[in-house]
Parts: sequence; C-alpha cells; structure tokens
Amino acid sequence: MREVAIAGVGMMKYGRYPDKYVHELGAEAVLEACKDAGISVKDAQLLVSGNLLQARFMVGQRILQQIGQTGIPVVNVANACATGSTAVREAYLAVGAGACDIAVAVGSEQMGKMGLLGGRSDDPYGRGHTTEGHAGSNIMPTVFGQAGVEHMRKYGTTFEQFAKVAYKNHKHSVLNPLAQYQQEFPLEEIMNARMITWPNTLYMCCPTGDGAGAVVLMSADKARQHTSAPVILAASILTSDPWTERDLALADISTLTRMAAQQAYKQAGIGPEDLDLVELHDCFATAELLHYENLGLCGDGEGGRAIDEGWFTYGGKTPVNVSGGLLSRGHPLGATGACGIAEVVWHLRGQAGKRQVEGAKVGLAHVIGMGSACTINIMKR
Amino acid sequence: MTAQQPATEVEKKTLPIVDYLHLPQSSEEEPYLWGNKCKSCGAVYVGSRMACSKCTSQELEQVRFSNVGEIWTFGVVHQAPPDVPTPFIAAIVDLPEGASVRATVTGLDPNQPGRSWFGKKVQMYVEKAYTSKQGDDIITYKYRPVEGG
Repeated sequence: MREVAIAGVGMMKYGRYPDKYVHELGAEAVLEACKDAGISVKDAQLLVSGNLLQARFMVGQRILQQIGQTGIPVVNVANACATGSTAVREAYLAVGAGACDIAVAVGSEQMGKMGLLGGRSDDPYGRGHTTEGHAGSNIMPTVFGQAGVEHMRKYGTTFEQFAKVAYKNHKHSVLNPLAQYQQEFPLEEIMNARMITWPNTLYMCCPTGDGAGAVVLMSADKARQHTSAPVILAASILTSDPWTERDLALADISTLTRMAAQQAYKQAGIGPEDLDLVELHDCFATAELLHYENLGLCGDGEGGRAIDEGWFTYGGKTPVNVSGGLLSRGHPLGATGACGIAEVVWHLRGQAGKRQVEGAKVGLAHVIGMGSACTINIMKR
Repeated sequence: MTAQQPATEVEKKTLPIVDYLHLPQSSEEEPYLWGNKCKSCGAVYVGSRMACSKCTSQELEQVRFSNVGEIWTFGVVHQAPPDVPTPFIAAIVDLPEGASVRATVTGLDPNQPGRSWFGKKVQMYVEKAYTSKQGDDIITYKYRPVEGG
C-alpha cells in the first residue's frame, strides 16, 4: 500500500433542505472538495458514494449526472452511520493499492423529520411482529441508554456526567458555522429537558437532518506536487462487531471500537496521547463517554472523572468534538463519516476558524454504524 | 336480530411475538424462551441458529431457558409507538443458561431508576401484546421482580 493523502475536503452546513435533492447535496460537497484539492471533477478516477436511506437508488451516479458524467467507476456503499467513512476507506484502498491516483468519496443523507430510528428491518414477506415496547426496546435511544446504564453499573458514572458531555458539545458548536444547531445550553436545562430514554434527554440525542461531505484522496506523491505539507491518511480501519457475550441482545459499541483503535494506532505509529483532536461518534451523550475509554483517551472507568475535570475541551488533555459533534453539528446518517474527516483536516491545516485547536498535527475521526461497523481514520500533517 | 360471529373469530390464532417464545400447548405446560448452545465452544444464543458465530461450528443443541433471570442493564423509555404506555423499563435480562434477552420489565417504578435494579432477580410471564392485522392474538413475554425479591 502506498501513502495516501487527503488533498481536498468539502462539507455542506447541516440543516433541512426540503428544496434540494440528496444528490444535489452530495454534488455540492464534491464540487467543494474538488475545488479545495485544486482538481476538476474530470480528474477523479473513482467515486465512492455513501448514502444509507437511498442506498439502492444510485446516488453516486446521480451526483455525476449533475456535475460530470465521466464514466468512471462508481460504487454506492452503506454501513449505517459509518457509511460516509466507509466510502472514504474504499477510496483510500483504491488509491493505496495503486488502482487509481485520484478518488473522491462523498457521504450524503436527506432524512426529513424522521424521528426515532431503529427497531425493525424491512422483510419482503412481512414476517415478524413488532416487538418495540412489548418485548423490550430496540430503538437507538434505548440501545445507547442501556449502554450508558451498563457503565453506571460498572463504574458508578452518573446521569450528570453524561449530561456534561452534551453541555460540552453544544457549547463547542457555537463556534462552528456548519453546525445544524449552534446553541449553548446550561447543564440544568440539559438534565431537565424532555427524557427520551433515561439517561438520555432530548439534548443528549443527535438530531435528524440533511447534509453531505466529500473527501478527495490522492497518492501522497501526487499530493506533494501541489503542497509541501499534505494531510496524510495514516490509518483507515474498519471493523465489525466480533462475538461478545451480550452483543446480540445489547449491541456492543465498545469491543469493535477498541479493536479498530488498536489497529489504527499501530498502523499510524502513534498512541492516543499523540492526538491533538478527536471527532468521535456522539450519537448520544452516553456513547461519547464510553468512547473516551474505548479510544484510550482515558482509562477504563475514568470517563466520568475525565469529563468532570474538563479533559476533553479546549485546554484539556484532548479536545473531543470541537465541531459540536453529532449532538449539535448534526447527524445526516450517510454524511457524518465523511464530515468528521473533513473537520479534522481543517484543524490540521489551520483552517478551522474560531474553533481551531492550536497547533493541531494529528487527529482521529471515529464513527460507529449500528449493526455494527466501526471506522477509525487517523490523519497527520 | 342475531349476533353474527365474524369470520376472523373462527380462524383467530394465538401467536408468540417472537419465535424464541414457546407458548404452552396444554394447561400443564408453561411458556418458556428457548435457544441454542454450541456443542463446541459453549456459546449460548437466544432463538434459532445456523452456526455458532463465536467459533463457527455448526454443531448446536437446543436449550430451554429458565424463567428466572437477572437484570444486567436497562433504559427507561419515554418515547414509544402510540400503543405502548410510557415510561416503561427496557432491560437486558441475563438468563442462567448463559444468554441474554431484551425484555420489558414491570413491577418497578420507571420514574425511580436505581442501582438496586442491577442484578435484580426477575420472573418471566406472558400476556397479550396486541391483535395483529390478521386478527391474531400476539403474546409477549415480560419480566417482573421475583416474589419477595
């Protein structure tokens, strides 16, 4: 595998775009990323398009039909919330293996006002009876609620500590013009907000929305023709959920993350202490706290104390989700994976504006797709 | 005027909400949950299995689960489909044979979640969940604290 660089990124502000089609969102992100990379759409040799809700409707091809039908290979990928970052990884593998020199990955999603996710899958024969509520609960807020409560059981973590995660991310979002919501909430208001699944209140759950992000990947040699300091994608790892004791009853978001983190740090030749910033998968506030430990940003059981002591904001040990995270930046499912990467790239280049983490040289982007998939991308400059 | 029996009344079935719930076929029988155990590595699963996903062996034997389990973790659901009263306790119940199952737990105050719920012994029971579109009675399993627990 040869070295792969990220030559360009683009992202649409998350929000609701009822007047646009999802391929238009994706196309805008691709155009922005190509411009950022100094290339034309004509230069792309592969397009990997991540989209979940329209996975079978050829979103990648529809994007090219808008901005450049060059006849290049188009792959449409889906991996739940890890869709966008899986798209980046497929492009990375193609470039790294020498199958092409320039590849574009795009993640897009248009969700409307979808409400609660999870619980059922479509069965073409209509088999099965709905179990939601009658035999436990399988919606996303419950899965992540139960995971948080498990952490309470093991380590005595409190509802307030989980709420502090949301407080931090909402506060961070005020500085991010691309975030769907850019509002700080007092901790009390977060804790007293409408309960969704205890211990996650409304402000501790990510919103639904529309958005897109794109990444241009190039062989590092080619990238060095344009810039003396390209951002290098030092590791791009993908794992699925290995067998663990309760995984089939309560989706285990930790084991596959730890596996991915171990592989990523090894491939990138760094440890968690070397990270200047992290964009991780805070679909729910409880998830983020678990991931501090899963990514080795603090020891097992230390997550609560770490958030109390401000380890994960500016001036702390490792700024986490300075973009505002999924909680406030938003979570258009297929887009998120690509946008976390874009965010890290901006910081590494010193282009993150008011939310810039000073002197950032190494960053990590992490996503979990329930079902499950975990991507970890480590970028260096 | 005579009351007419709707056609569906005659054909109405009583069905388990999930295939791993076995409903009694006679008054002597009790309902139970069942699953599979890997003969090779001992991993235990709820419901049917093609192979062991821990070790990939295809040698499995059916297991009948005991009706008393323990709460491993839980969430309290406040937002649910319209026919489900909220808040309700959605738990992961550990079964003594080595598997865990998703279940609704009753008999505890959902507005007072607490550490005392961890490891609490709970007993399975069945009740009607709803009537399906085809007119069948759909029966679910739930758990509630064991007497004196």
